[in-house]
Amino acid sequence: MHEQAPLAAHHVVAEDTTTGLNHRKMLMWLFLGSDCLFFAALISTYLIYRGQSLVGPFPEDVFSIPVTSVSTFALLMSSMSMVLAYSAINRGDMKAFRIWLLSTCMLGATFLGFQVFEFYDFSEHGLTPRTNLFGTTFFVLTGFHGAHVTVGVIWLLSIFGYSLIGGKKAERILTDREALSVDLAALYWHFVDIVWIVIFAVVYLIGVGVT
Amino acid sequence: MVAITGTLSGAFRRPTSYEGVWGWITTVDHKRIGILYGVTALIFFLIAGAEAVMMRIQLAGPDQGVVSPEVYSQLFTMHGLSMIFLAIMPLSAAFFNFMIPLMIGARDVAFPRLNALSYWIFLGGGILLNSGWFLGGSPNAGWFAYSPLTDDIFNPGRGLDFYTVGLLVLGTATMAAGFNFLVTIINMRAPGMTLMRMPVFVWMTLITSFLIILAFPIITVALLELMFDRTFGTTFFVPLTGGDPVLWQHLFWVFGHPEVYILILPAMGIVSEILPTFSRKPLFGYPVVVLSGVVIGFMGWGVWSHHMFTVGLGPVANAAFAVSTMAIAIPTGAKIFNWIATLWQGSIHLSAALLFAVGFIAMFIIGGLSGVMHASPPSDAQQQDTYFIVAHLHYVLFGGSIFALFAGAYYWWPKITGRKLSEGLGKLHFWLTFIGFNLTFFPMHFLGMDGMPRRVYTYESGMGWDLWNGVATAGSIIIAVSVLVFIHNVFRTRRKGEIAGNDPWDGRTLEWSISSPPPHYNFEQIPVVHSRDAYWEEKHPNENAGHGEPVPVAGGANGHEGEHGSEVAPAGTVAENAGGGHGAIHMPGLSYYPIMVALGLIIVGYGTIFHDTFTWAVAAVGAAISIVGVYAWSFEPASEEPESGGH
Repeated sequence: MHEQAPLAAHHVVAEDTTTGLNHRKMLMWLFLGSDCLFFAALISTYLIYRGQSLVGPFPEDVFSIPVTSVSTFALLMSSMSMVLAYSAINRGDMKAFRIWLLSTCMLGATFLGFQVFEFYDFSEHGLTPRTNLFGTTFFVLTGFHGAHVTVGVIWLLSIFGYSLIGGKKAERILTDREALSVDLAALYWHFVDIVWIVIFAVVYLIGVGVT
Repeated sequence: MVAITGTLSGAFRRPTSYEGVWGWITTVDHKRIGILYGVTALIFFLIAGAEAVMMRIQLAGPDQGVVSPEVYSQLFTMHGLSMIFLAIMPLSAAFFNFMIPLMIGARDVAFPRLNALSYWIFLGGGILLNSGWFLGGSPNAGWFAYSPLTDDIFNPGRGLDFYTVGLLVLGTATMAAGFNFLVTIINMRAPGMTLMRMPVFVWMTLITSFLIILAFPIITVALLELMFDRTFGTTFFVPLTGGDPVLWQHLFWVFGHPEVYILILPAMGIVSEILPTFSRKPLFGYPVVVLSGVVIGFMGWGVWSHHMFTVGLGPVANAAFAVSTMAIAIPTGAKIFNWIATLWQGSIHLSAALLFAVGFIAMFIIGGLSGVMHASPPSDAQQQDTYFIVAHLHYVLFGGSIFALFAGAYYWWPKITGRKLSEGLGKLHFWLTFIGFNLTFFPMHFLGMDGMPRRVYTYESGMGWDLWNGVATAGSIIIAVSVLVFIHNVFRTRRKGEIAGNDPWDGRTLEWSISSPPPHYNFEQIPVVHSRDAYWEEKHPNENAGHGEPVPVAGGANGHEGEHGSEVAPAGTVAENAGGGHGAIHMPGLSYYPIMVALGLIIVGYGTIFHDTFTWAVAAVGAAISIVGVYAWSFEPASEEPESGGH
């Protein structure tokens, strides 16, 4: 509680909250909590229908664990480069920030490229969203995850572009911790990665073990 | 946020005028948005009520043909959808918007532009859902739209596409509002307003908002899956391919039962404000009332399968859900006892607001008792899909939520408009509603027990249902008249309603400490709270020995500042500006972008509903509008710097 609030508070408006936590940061955490339920419902649908398809192809006919492991590795590494970008911006090191931010985008785009390849490859094997329950649940679940990654890549690219063309003002805003410009995007990015770990385990790793 | 000052976008000059239509379109003021919510929801309430009266006229006697079976199915579906998503929830949202910042001593919500976005998406979604009547058919599979009735093979028209897309759009608005009120309540309370000093209405809004952000993602997934089935040929709910219609029921009711509490908890909050005010006593058992609400919020997640007792989930599941459903009656009952104890030995002022609040308690008890009856699976097996259920749900949603919302309207009208609604007309409104409501819905208990099924457009003579159907229809006409009395009261009050003053009811909470209607900035100085019922304690400091010190609640316009200037001074610094006078108060700026983003989203919605090549192109245009809006929004500062754009 702010029984004793700082005087001349107009420079720390964002901090001047009941809990001390910035409004937008709290909003992001609440959104991520809400998004957990979104993916929980999608993953539940997948699990309930696991092994219920009447016709093939079945998971073991199309999954290639080595290939998906590579794309999973790329996405996990993107979380590390995101941390490095965040650390760089907090030090005010714009150059390192841009490098690591762009790396994050590239790794995210690599993951998406693998996903596009995988979707294409599966359809070559005769698996589409209309084929059977496996196709329906697989494409919709991983598709919505891919959409989340896409939004994240666009978000990070927007920050990258702004840091290039925004000049001194962009630098000032991006390095201002109160502005949270990088902080919020990073939170979102890590969340999307964590969701993928669950999907990779539940859909791919467990999936090939079940007929 | 102050740090993000400049703007990359030069697309629009930022709007600055509060006047006229554009002042409302670009508004981010929580009070104006609250009024917009209220007026819009009231219009949808009238439409949904008209649909109900049409159904009652069709059912007034046996073998009537006033409407066709096809139209009747659309009527009951749209009546349910509209009352839930377009009337009760947004009417609650109207009070959230107007009252929450006032009750916690804030100048606005945490995200004013997001708040405007919620409203505009709600408006667009409501229009979209209702436009189905003119664009190829309204939804016709009930508000819960059980699969496989919703499959495009069995339901080929556009109706169910309006259902999926309409609810997805409305869900976006609801979730955005849920996030906004959570952050507002957790993070924007006035100094000293600890959680256990918050008014109960604020508490119930907090719990409702948690339910919203956790329940709506689940219905979002269910609706997306249904939409994909109908639009892209997936097979989530298609039994031919092994799809399971019962999965839809689970996903729907995992959302649907928390939704019931989303509808009733705000009503309980309103009543918990009104009863103490008009009994001139503090709420009896405040901690119990609050904790009961929290417990209901948790338990509401563990009862959904009682909607599915007749599906055949097996005796273990049925027994477990029967027990949890009966158990949820305990916290609900605890609240009812506390409300009655609040009235007990109070110095009662029997205003229209209190009449509706007491009516709420009585009607809600009846609805609660019939609810406990079908918490028992064998009993439910008799009652499922009969008019007994229709009676039950109207006793809790009409006798419960709507009564409480009317109570809130009479209670807060003076604060919102500065004028009191006529008490005489209000009491007439109450008694007509009370009589009409019970005439309409009490006989449905008998009809249900006699086996009359729900959602069937007519019935044969000789079933023993003629009398009570006739009575119910007569009652529905009385309800319609009572609503007309309310509307007459509203228009009359605009012209010659009694001027209310700041505190017409001798209120207890902070909203009564400022002028009516409140100034744009709400509080000239952010109040400091030292106890529950903060404003009451300020007015009557000697009545509560436990809190001897004066409570320096700064009245916005009642000129008290001077009396405790030294105590107020620290509070002033908590406000955005240390300067004091309202010229320096820093309010969020107007914005075009919320309505722009909402407009794009609605266009995407229409494109998706019709899903052919042309309309996908339309949807792409809509998406582009929204994306431009989002970018422009994120580069627009939340408020102008005082030196550049103050007002």
